[in-house]
Amino acid sequence: MEFIFYFGDVFTPVNFGLLLLGTIGGLILGATPGLSPTMAVALLIPFTFQLEAAQGLILLGAAYTSTVAGGAVSAILLKIPGAPANIATTLDGHTMAQKGEGAKALQLSFLSSAVGGIFGVLLLIFLTPVLAQWALAFGPSHLFWLAILGVTVIGSLDSSSVVKGLLSGCIGLWLATIGFDDIMGAQRFIFHPALGGGINIIAALIGLFAIPQVITMFAKGRRNDGAEVIRVQKHPISGAVRELMKNKRAMGIGTITGSIIGLIPGVGGQIAGLVAYDQSKKFSPDQHKFGTGHPEGLVAAESANNAMVGPSLVPLLTLSIPGSPTAAVLLGGLLIHGIFPGTDLFDNHPDVAWTFINSMLIGQVLMCLFGLYVAGMAAKVAQVPHSVMAAVVLGLAVFGSYSVQSSMGDVYVMAGLGVMMYFLERFGFSAAPLVLGLILGPIAESNFIQGSMIASATDGMAPYFFGGTLNIFLIVVVIASIIYSAWMELRARRYTSKEEIMA
Amino acid sequence: MSDMSLPRVQHIIGSGVVAAVGIWVTWVSYTQQPSEAFLFPRLIATVFVVLALWTFAKACLGWTRVGNGLSLRQLTNLAPGLLVALIYIFWAARGLGFYTATAIAFFILLSLYDPAPHGEARSWVRRIIITACFMAVMYGLFALLLKVYTPREIFF
Repeated sequence: MEFIFYFGDVFTPVNFGLLLLGTIGGLILGATPGLSPTMAVALLIPFTFQLEAAQGLILLGAAYTSTVAGGAVSAILLKIPGAPANIATTLDGHTMAQKGEGAKALQLSFLSSAVGGIFGVLLLIFLTPVLAQWALAFGPSHLFWLAILGVTVIGSLDSSSVVKGLLSGCIGLWLATIGFDDIMGAQRFIFHPALGGGINIIAALIGLFAIPQVITMFAKGRRNDGAEVIRVQKHPISGAVRELMKNKRAMGIGTITGSIIGLIPGVGGQIAGLVAYDQSKKFSPDQHKFGTGHPEGLVAAESANNAMVGPSLVPLLTLSIPGSPTAAVLLGGLLIHGIFPGTDLFDNHPDVAWTFINSMLIGQVLMCLFGLYVAGMAAKVAQVPHSVMAAVVLGLAVFGSYSVQSSMGDVYVMAGLGVMMYFLERFGFSAAPLVLGLILGPIAESNFIQGSMIASATDGMAPYFFGGTLNIFLIVVVIASIIYSAWMELRARRYTSKEEIMA
Repeated sequence: MSDMSLPRVQHIIGSGVVAAVGIWVTWVSYTQQPSEAFLFPRLIATVFVVLALWTFAKACLGWTRVGNGLSLRQLTNLAPGLLVALIYIFWAARGLGFYTATAIAFFILLSLYDPAPHGEARSWVRRIIITACFMAVMYGLFALLLKVYTPREIFF
């Protein structure tokens, strides 16, 4: 119950102001198609340099929560999901809006997001300290396998091709080795002076998430694809609350499904929403109404994608393993303040950890309150032409990456990685495993070197890295995740693709 | 070149480049000294090169199922924007000054991709206003609020 002691810290004028700013800004950014939560959080990191660690995390956490919820606005009013997490929301949400129930759909979406989100953050509050203590038992070999697990799980589960996902992870791990070696001081793979200090994580994150989006907007040309926003009629909030109470089963299924999926590294909100929608349909007596503007489907999808947010931070805050690309970006936000997740965070910086987690809880309520009022404005932002969006995001990416260390080298790295990622994405590679490799690479390497030293002084490499229950368990999970994903990839060819669902 | 063969050729080129990088990384990892500094890169490089060559072989055999490549239309659409962005980042930001280069690049990109007709005076005024507003926000955020010192070369 330590979190209660730090509740008051959320309400200091600066902290609460940042929470409001992150929430409102996140709702607007989330509603903008093409601005994913990960990209929004990455672009915000440079603004947190001059803030204290807790303040920076409050801003980033609020933006993360609200962008996921804000994505529902464009999903409902434009049939364009603001974020991948909102794909399932379009299925019934947009149909409701077409039937003149746009306001009701938005209200239901924010209310169910808040319920799911609060449950998810409570799970984060109660699970994190327990797991952080458990993490104390981890030695270098376990941490090495955990880092590898982080890359392989995301590489295999987040990509449409297992081989390309794992290859992306390898590219990320290799990029992490560029620069001077920590122990011997040897130069490794420095083929340009800008890489002398290694690859700056923040510049890399901005490049990998923002630049491919900018080039994708360029590739659309001068086409005017501004979607038409469906106008909403007024609807009493009390009516939406009553409707939500009628859909308790869908809300329960969505919340539990989202929370469980959030805990699994690599399985994002997109999957949480779709699985919750599917499960809710299976258990509903009104199965035939799903897809025709049925509130049950909307409630299940939205409660799931926000319930996923809190649990997705559990592996990050306990084991330093970011469970999702957005969590990886948040890890970057922690590292720039010299704070390492795990026991260090809860033992040495409990004020930072708990103020951040508590702010996410309050943020869910604020997101719901403001979401209902900002929705109209957010829908207008969603109509901003892509020519303006591309130029704005490019400008922010350049200024943001430069401000990390006032270095043009970081801007070059950002641009180089961004352009490379765009072309890699066109050939089926995914940014998420590459980012995870880049972030987890130093953790994997330092523990591998430490482990090698211990192993050479004791039993040797094989017994040290491949022996012991925990090592074997982690290795089995690594192999199982790859085999499972390969099997799913073969099966998936029979299933409807995401594009077909959207059509 | 037919539309069907275009992605296949692109996949061969794309995965070929990745495989070449993989081979280079492996070669460097196994030949550079001190070997202790390259212990972890060797581990990564081995997996990297195996997966990269596998992907390349699949592309050559036409077995690639993921990734649509780029159509000629997409390439011609993105080329001018990408060129402006690269000139802005790799030369103009340093050569002209950060804010001047950003304003010029922003305005050019806006003009290149704005669906509004280029012959209309009103649309040009709108683009100038949007550019001015964006620059004011960027200056306020980075120069005044975050106090980031940016390169100021020929111009501001």
